[in-house]
Amino acid sequence: MNTVTITIKKQPDLFLEADCFTPDALAGKKADEIAELPVFIGKTVEKIGDYFTVSGETGPTADETRLVFNGDFTKVKYIGAKMSTGEVVLNGDADMYVGSWMSGGKITVNGSVGHFAATAMSGGELNITGNAGNYLGAAYRGDWRGMSKGKITVAGNVGSDCATFMTGGEIEIGGNVDVHVMTHADGGKVIIHGNAKSRLGGQATRGEIYLFGTVDVMMPGYVKAGETELTIGGTKAVFTIYDGDQGERHPTRKGLPIYAKLYLKK
Amino acid sequence: MSKRLTDIICPFCGTLCDDIEVEVSDDGKQILEVYNSCAIGSEKFLHAQSPDRITRPRMKQEDGSWKETTYEEAAKYTAKILCDAKKPLMYGWSSTSCEAQSTGHMIAEQVGGVLDNTATVCHGSTLIAMQDVGIPSCTLGEVKNRADRIIFWGCNPAHAHPRHMSRYSIYSRGYFTGKGSKSRKIIVVDPRPTDSASLADEYIQVEQGRDYELLSALRAALRGAQLPDKVSGVTKEKIYEIVDILKGGRFVVIFFGMGVTHSLGKNHNIDMAIALTADLNNYTKASIIAMRGHYNVTGSGQVLGWQFGFPFCVDLSRGFARYNPGETSSNDLLMRGEVDGCLVVGSDPGSHFPIASVKKIHDIPTVCIDPHTTPTTAVSTCHVPVAIVGIEVGGSCYRMDNVPIESRKVVDPPAGMLTDAEFLGLVLKEVNHIKGVAE
Repeated sequence: MNTVTITIKKQPDLFLEADCFTPDALAGKKADEIAELPVFIGKTVEKIGDYFTVSGETGPTADETRLVFNGDFTKVKYIGAKMSTGEVVLNGDADMYVGSWMSGGKITVNGSVGHFAATAMSGGELNITGNAGNYLGAAYRGDWRGMSKGKITVAGNVGSDCATFMTGGEIEIGGNVDVHVMTHADGGKVIIHGNAKSRLGGQATRGEIYLFGTVDVMMPGYVKAGETELTIGGTKAVFTIYDGDQGERHPTRKGLPIYAKLYLKK
Repeated sequence: MSKRLTDIICPFCGTLCDDIEVEVSDDGKQILEVYNSCAIGSEKFLHAQSPDRITRPRMKQEDGSWKETTYEEAAKYTAKILCDAKKPLMYGWSSTSCEAQSTGHMIAEQVGGVLDNTATVCHGSTLIAMQDVGIPSCTLGEVKNRADRIIFWGCNPAHAHPRHMSRYSIYSRGYFTGKGSKSRKIIVVDPRPTDSASLADEYIQVEQGRDYELLSALRAALRGAQLPDKVSGVTKEKIYEIVDILKGGRFVVIFFGMGVTHSLGKNHNIDMAIALTADLNNYTKASIIAMRGHYNVTGSGQVLGWQFGFPFCVDLSRGFARYNPGETSSNDLLMRGEVDGCLVVGSDPGSHFPIASVKKIHDIPTVCIDPHTTPTTAVSTCHVPVAIVGIEVGGSCYRMDNVPIESRKVVDPPAGMLTDAEFLGLVLKEVNHIKGVAE
């Protein structure tokens, strides 16, 4: 696998949209060719080379390309957005849309990311050592299909509206999470090692939430349905199971409704 | 002798009352008295006569004082800051006509601007919820003639839409509601005992920021599920009782306002309220209507909708329409420092936005097109006063239930004043000139 290193040398005055920061877009290009590619600030089109130094060499295909980003990318959007394969390593913080609409490959962020990371993710892996903003793994506005496949791991805290309209895949959160987890979900799994505030699984029809910490306010539509011992994220514990959201319409199997499940550690 | 003009449209709130009568002087230049309107509406008409009204555009000097200029110079300045900016924000649009909005959108396409209206701090979350789950709605006429169960959730029409209750929702006598308020059951849900709550048959004091849970509980109760003893500070017995009242009605209408759109959860609260409305349709007829604020904020959503496909937060900077509230919404753009020029039309972010956003408006070149002197004009670099739509010039407006109503001219504007559509036309001409676009 060949590695291209992109280091930020000048912070943009406004925010920079770098749609091409994916292995798919950069594979097969030389460093000086990459420096000529366009990035956008508002309505102006500028070059990658104006803001970043590019070194190294890409692989002939995206699959054999690793992109390493060094520096402060808090004014750069769309890193790894729509990538389908290859690898992205980000050493620093990034702004919105990291790994949004990604369908494959692997992103490692040694830092924190902004809002809308992994929007409508449909495959691949996203690892974040810091925190993530709001709408992690959520659907795009108006879409009823959020994250459908793949895995997101966040070591720190996550903002609100995590996994909205999730249909599949897995999110593991090391820290705490803000309100609205798996709202409208129809599948998938969210593991929260820290605490949650409220509105876990509101309007969810299917899917599973595992909570190791506390929840401030439960949704009224979740009813107790027994206890079980499970090994989740490498930890063995006894969980109380809740079925819900009882206010929502649910699919049935053999005449019985299928509920979203909330597992609270005892 | 004075003349009495009838069937005048009130350009204040989203109720857009169409039965106002205005007495004008014989020469048609002076408004003498306003009939049928609420206190706010009549003040809006009478204020147009104010002797201290600014009638010419003015530019802020370096020492902070204002210097009068011409409309042509102001249009040149506006065109320049919009063209120079990499990402200009064009905010407001809610207190002007659809025609002016349409001209403004043509400018935005040329300069790669972000178009956003006051829904961004108002019912924008409603629009997001509508995209997520749709909306079963109706017109206010249907409410007047048919509705016998009215819920006011997180809104206070007694103060914000004063004639809403008498014209449509509580006291009005319609075709199937001949007994007026006696034929209706009114439910008010609000953390505060408001004046609207004092008119209710049932007042539910929901815990602040727990509307989502209460709406969810109502849905669960509707499906016959068991509830915890207390949800959001309301007993389960009360919740079952409310559900019975709603199921027993012929036509349920939910009106909702800022109490749910901008408290914890925002669009999710509306999403759940819409879902409750949809569920109620299994038992009876039910609709839901947003209590829109500015008289033509609905129109701005309509015009943006048919021109670009999105009702607010439309980012045209890359040459095609993009939309994502949270990124392309005015306050996020301003607070994060994503914009470097600003045009405010028919709105007052100086009063409505958080101080961090207002500071940013102050720090970047800003043109404010507004008939009145407002906190926004104080932080702008250029203030362009214009004729007041609905009083000094007509124009299309949309009521809160998406019914278009053509507003009417009552008196002439002060001599030499332009309308906002005319001024924006001048700006468009200048922008085309700068961009080298043939007209």
